[in-house]
Amino acid sequence: MDYFIKLLLSGTAKGSIYALIALGYTMVYGIIKLINFAHGEIYMIGAFTALLVGGALQAAGMNPVFILLISTFCAVFLASAYGITMEKIAYKPLRAAPRLSVLISAIGMSMFLQNFVLLAQTEKYLSFPSFLPEFEFLKPIRGYINSTQFIILIVTTIVMILLTLLIKFTLIGKAMRATSQDREMAQLVGININNVITVTFIIGSATAAIGGILICSYMGQINYYIGFIAGIKAFVAAVLGGIGSIPGAVLGSFVLGWTESLGTGYISSDYEDSFAFIILILILTVKPSGILGRKENQKV
Amino acid sequence: MKKLSLIALAVALLLLAGCAKKSDTIKIGVAGAHSGDLASYGIPSVHAAELVVEMFNAKGGVAGKNIELVVEDDQCKPEIATNTASKLVGEEVAAVIGHICSGATKAALGIYKDSGIVTISPSATNPPLTQSGDYPNFFRTIAPDDAQAKLAVEFTMNNLKLSKLAILHDKGDYGKGFAELCKEAAEAAGAEIVLFEGINPGAPDYSAVVNKIGNSGATGVIWGGYHPEASKLVQQMKDKGMDIPFVSDDGVKDDTFIEVAGSYAEGVYATGPIDTTSNPMAVKAIEDHKAKYGEEPGAFFLNAYAATVAMLNAIDKAGKTDYDALTKALRSEWVETPLGKISFDERGDAIGIGFSVYQVQNGKYVVVNE
Repeated sequence: MDYFIKLLLSGTAKGSIYALIALGYTMVYGIIKLINFAHGEIYMIGAFTALLVGGALQAAGMNPVFILLISTFCAVFLASAYGITMEKIAYKPLRAAPRLSVLISAIGMSMFLQNFVLLAQTEKYLSFPSFLPEFEFLKPIRGYINSTQFIILIVTTIVMILLTLLIKFTLIGKAMRATSQDREMAQLVGININNVITVTFIIGSATAAIGGILICSYMGQINYYIGFIAGIKAFVAAVLGGIGSIPGAVLGSFVLGWTESLGTGYISSDYEDSFAFIILILILTVKPSGILGRKENQKV
Repeated sequence: MKKLSLIALAVALLLLAGCAKKSDTIKIGVAGAHSGDLASYGIPSVHAAELVVEMFNAKGGVAGKNIELVVEDDQCKPEIATNTASKLVGEEVAAVIGHICSGATKAALGIYKDSGIVTISPSATNPPLTQSGDYPNFFRTIAPDDAQAKLAVEFTMNNLKLSKLAILHDKGDYGKGFAELCKEAAEAAGAEIVLFEGINPGAPDYSAVVNKIGNSGATGVIWGGYHPEASKLVQQMKDKGMDIPFVSDDGVKDDTFIEVAGSYAEGVYATGPIDTTSNPMAVKAIEDHKAKYGEEPGAFFLNAYAATVAMLNAIDKAGKTDYDALTKALRSEWVETPLGKISFDERGDAIGIGFSVYQVQNGKYVVVNE
């Protein structure tokens, strides 16, 4: 039983890692029906920014709380800038194009950003300092969950709630929903869809950057390629939960995390990915739009 | 008339250009990971080859010809390595120093074999590369994994006195090969293997498998693979309060591991090639490297240096670059290298090369099995 609880908790921690990235994926998909494959790269760029800024501040001997705040701010800012630029360069010109073209454009953007960081920074693995505090009260149960995992879990929950509230109850959220339902009609009633999409990308990139800092603090390392692997798993999680749905992305991530963790614990980690994809196939056969996904109305 | 002389001049220039292109050099390929995750294993070989070639060319080259290097990147990926090999064959190289990773080397070797090109790898340690007998064109200046696995297991069981082991690997040719050899050696020596599993390289989180190690009651972990996963594993183990010995291979015996894992690296054991940095030739090679590139050489530098020296020496002794003469010279001639005096046996493994066990102590790898 003790072992089961340990596995369940490590699955939860793993799920919240996926969820932090999956939230941005699902957000962008929900509004403009674009699978932003470069989302993982934004996560990586956010983490790199935090590493550079945080490293410099640590060398200057600053208070750890300030380091965390300032480097998070810089990471969110730069990641959002990349997100907006990416949308303007790679997606906006293709807005009227078939969805497949935009998808290819997104894959191209992902490769470009990976190689850009490879050339501009380094091909090496770098050590990522933990900017996060250690909680004393978690020390006795660190075999179950440690401080970083705990923080990731809390932040994921907060981000999920904030995003849901934003979409449900604010003006921009209303505009987002309208854009999502019918872009042309939204324009006719006076919504500036360019602004809405820009805001969507800013929010998506900001969550990715926060995810980058937390996850890299947990892994203790970073390189230009981390976004790709994490992005693929997060994408699977988002599809599993019902892409486009905010709580769905989180639920899908947890289901994925639990499946992988329990599968590893009771069967073998050799088949970790197989479990993930078996679950994906099972759920999609029963519910093609994902666990919490809404059925899309056929447009005639 | 003026036109005609112009044409004549152009023709003459073309001929000259043609001559320059066909200059009398011997081309040697250098292949390995020069970009990507594992570039830190490949770049040192390029530096080593450049230094050795510079030295030989300064002395008038080998077999009366200058050496020219053709450097190609394979990113340690088998699917890219076949392209790399085809490119080098197209460049008509006489021999190849490389590749770096076992998987990529294996993928490339068939192509070299068909074209009669001899290769010496400074780092591909997968045993079947030599032991299968499939690649008579393959040589290496590093001991194969089975020697390494045997040493790792002996050290774990005899020096550390551990007999309940968890063995993990990264599912790759190198890591899994090492892990399986360790399993065989440990079972033969009477150890109990409580866990034997592959994990996904690159995944952000290994806490489930770390829990599994804890649950299995293992008193020690042997890891077959490279340093990025190793540093995540040791970090997540220590974060969970698991403090059992972690023994690994020369994929981890790299300073990048210590840089990335930081304080978590302390106490980790790793097998790696015997330290010959006090050998006079090695001292000179390292000095030359610092003078030319402004930094300490990286992993497999001396192995690559030895490989290049052995190759050029063999070409010189054979007096030509054809396959039979070259392989015969490699197998019969003894040559002084930074790794000591070496030659190659029938299978292509170097005679006179082996492994030590190292431990991270105060941020440095220190030999512990002497």
